Order: sequence, then C-alpha cells, then structure tokens
Amino acid sequence: MDQSQIENIDIEIPLFLEAIFQKYGYDFRDYSKAHIKRRLMHRMAVSNFTTISQMQDKILRDKAFFLELLEDLSINVTEMFRDPDFYTAFRTQVVPSLKTYPFIKIWHAGCSTGEEVYSLAIVLKEENLLDRCQIYATDFNRKVLEIAKSGIYLIQNLEKFQRNYKNSGGKSKLSDHYTVKYGSIKFDQSLSKRIVFADHNLVTDHVFAEVNLILCRNVLIYFNRELQNKVIKLFHESLSYSGYLCLGTKESLRFTDFENNFTDINANQKIFKKIIGR
Amino acid sequence: MNKVLVIGASYGGLEALKVIIPKFPKDISLAIIVVLHIGENNNDSFIAYLNSISKLQVKEAEEKENIKSGFVYFAPPNYHILIESGGIISLSTEAKVHHSRPSIDVLFESAAWCYKNKLIGIILTGLNQDGAEGLKQVKKYGGISIVEDPERAIASIMPLSAIYACKPDYILTIEDIAKQILKLL
Repeated sequence: MDQSQIENIDIEIPLFLEAIFQKYGYDFRDYSKAHIKRRLMHRMAVSNFTTISQMQDKILRDKAFFLELLEDLSINVTEMFRDPDFYTAFRTQVVPSLKTYPFIKIWHAGCSTGEEVYSLAIVLKEENLLDRCQIYATDFNRKVLEIAKSGIYLIQNLEKFQRNYKNSGGKSKLSDHYTVKYGSIKFDQSLSKRIVFADHNLVTDHVFAEVNLILCRNVLIYFNRELQNKVIKLFHESLSYSGYLCLGTKESLRFTDFENNFTDINANQKIFKKIIGR
Repeated sequence: MNKVLVIGASYGGLEALKVIIPKFPKDISLAIIVVLHIGENNNDSFIAYLNSISKLQVKEAEEKENIKSGFVYFAPPNYHILIESGGIISLSTEAKVHHSRPSIDVLFESAAWCYKNKLIGIILTGLNQDGAEGLKQVKKYGGISIVEDPERAIASIMPLSAIYACKPDYILTIEDIAKQILKLL
C-alpha cells in the first residue's frame, strides 16, 4: 500500500471518532485502536468508500448510516452461561455471602442481548435469592437492549445453552426457566421482573446507584488502558463496602490504579471483592 | 525497532511449532506471536511443554500486555488477538473469522498495521483458509511473508491458500524456516 495512504488512515481515524463524538455524543476515542481500525476498515470496504474522510462526510449527514456503524462498533457476541466455570465459581464463592444480605442490588454492565443476565437471574433463582435482588442491566446500544428486554432467543442456540448450563452446575433443567413458542424460547417472567434494562454508556455516563455486585464481562477488552482505568474507577465508586466485581476471564485490574483496592476471590475466574476502606 | 514474527498454524500446527520454536537462541531480538487453532481447550499443557524445550519464554498473551523480545505469546482459546500501535496486546470476543477464534487473519492484519516492514508472517500447516488474507496484508504493508512448503506440511490447504492469495517471499520446509528467520534479523 502507498506509504502516504497508510499514514493518512492513522490521521483520519481519530478525526472520524472526534466527528462522531461531536455530532452524536458517542465516545469511541479511547477504545482500543486496533479494534476500531478493524471495524472501520471493514465498514469502509463493505460500503464502498475509498477513504475514512469520505466516510466521515457521510456520517455527519446521514444518521441511518451512523446507526449502522454503531452496530459495527458494538460487539454483541454472547451466549447463555458463557464460561460455565465462572458461574460455578460464582455459585460457590459469591452466593453464600450474598445470602446474608437482606436486599441485593446488582449491576450487569454491557449486557448486550441479555443472555448472560438471564443466566445470572437463573442462578439467583435456583439459590432462592432472586426475590431479594434488583438487577440493573445496561448497555449503550438500544437495539440490543430491546432484544434483552424481550427475553426471546432463537431455539437454534439452545443446545449450546443447555450444555453450558449443565457445565455451570445448574441445579434443575434449563427448560424449567423458559417456554418454547414459534421456534423461539422466551424466558420466564419470574426472571425478567427482577431486571431493569436501561441505556447507560460506560464511557460518558456516571454512577447511577450503589450496588453490591457488578458484572462486566468482556467489555473492558475493547478499551485502551486509560479508559479501562476510568471505568474501573466508576465501578469502584458504585460498589458498596465489600461489593463484588466480576470481569471477563481474560480481563484484569493489573494495568489500573485500583489493583490494590480489591482482593481476589477467584483469580482464574476474575472475581474480586472491594476492600473495606479503600 | 526489533522485528516481530507472527505465526499462524492449524491442524498439525503443534508438531510444526515444536520444531521451529526451540531453534531460536535466548538473546534473540525478536518477539513471536502465535495463533494456533486448538478449539476451546486450554493452552496450559502445550505452553508448558513448549517452554520446557525452548530457550525463549513461552506464555499465553494477556490483555493489554506489552510485547517484548525473547517471548513467544500464544492467543488464548476463544479470543482473537490484536496488536495495538506501540506493541500492546488486545483481546477480542468478536465473531469467528473462517470459523476460527482466535483467527490468524485478525492477528496478521493488526500486526501488519502496527509493525509494517518490521514484521515477518508465517503460515504453517492447516486444513482451512484462515491466514491467507492476513499474510496478504503483511506483504501489503511491507513485511516479509513465509509459507510452509505445502508438499511437506501435515495439512496442505492452509499453506496452499496463502500461496494463492499472496505469492509469498519464501516457501520453505519446517526445518529451513527458523534458519531463514535468523538470516532476516
């Protein structure tokens, strides 16, 4: 590729992200650069643009195109009981302590289409905790929140979900928690009535409640170190004394200022507990 | 800036890596990043094994870790691995590419953007087409492209796809690959 074109792309991308922020308020400026570049280059090829600047012209004038790009930039790959070992650890190492609380507030940040929120609700129900829980499930992408709210998922994925559920130490049958209709499954109302789905952007929005438990799995990996630090700060401020923080299996507090403010509950499954007084 | 080597391998890949990785000396000014398709199993046992037979330090790549010479980084199972400018690892759970996560294409593309003519890319044995597009990107950004000789590879489809896609700089047997890389440094 022409040397000057290579250089131009690295000039154009920050300008493009700035344009999106100024125009629409969505802030991708501190996302992982490699990840953003991959998504933008892909969109550029699919939509037949030759340069990022051409695409910037379009994005400033065409909201529908922006919404399309917003989908590209939001990763919504998820499944029920993703990483079954995490749920096993959660049942054995977090649930016993939650049982001592009169009321439990939970924030599931970056909940995407909701499969992992329902997974959590199922665990809490099987542990007889759900009636004492209020779950806030948030995402910046309104389209995925609609799917999450509906609690309806394609039956095609059921086999994988059931396998994960079983591997996670599920206490009954996954089918106890949903009904099948028109080739889809719909999760039980007893689960969804304890969940509030809401639009919240981890990058630009602030603390909205004090919670006892935060789950934010495979979201921070899309941010650069500075933004990871900022979001962990937000979580630290949102957690009550001795609150729990659950990150994705490959995420850590290592490159943040908050490594010493949490203690490991399960280092492999990335379950942390806020240290009192820090 | 030191050179960086990216390796993509699939079916038969571990056998090939067992030959190549131990050939590198301890004080080499080269960082190595590998995508090996191994399904959803964990990496621990073969990383420990490779470590025991290599002079370089072999480890699983960690999110936002700095890439250093003398290390061999493996993509964790079920995560794509991308390289940030400045040589930092980023992981991703985005959709599979060529039915693969980690995908060779994803690593090679971001490594090409980051390291340009300081990059060497190698496609080894395998039964799918992952890596062909990635190696093309390595070449396009000025890096050196190497493909394992398909006639000698355990599985020839992946090397053949890469050869068709980008006309690589070198087509070599496993035994010659490490020698050639040491000459290129």
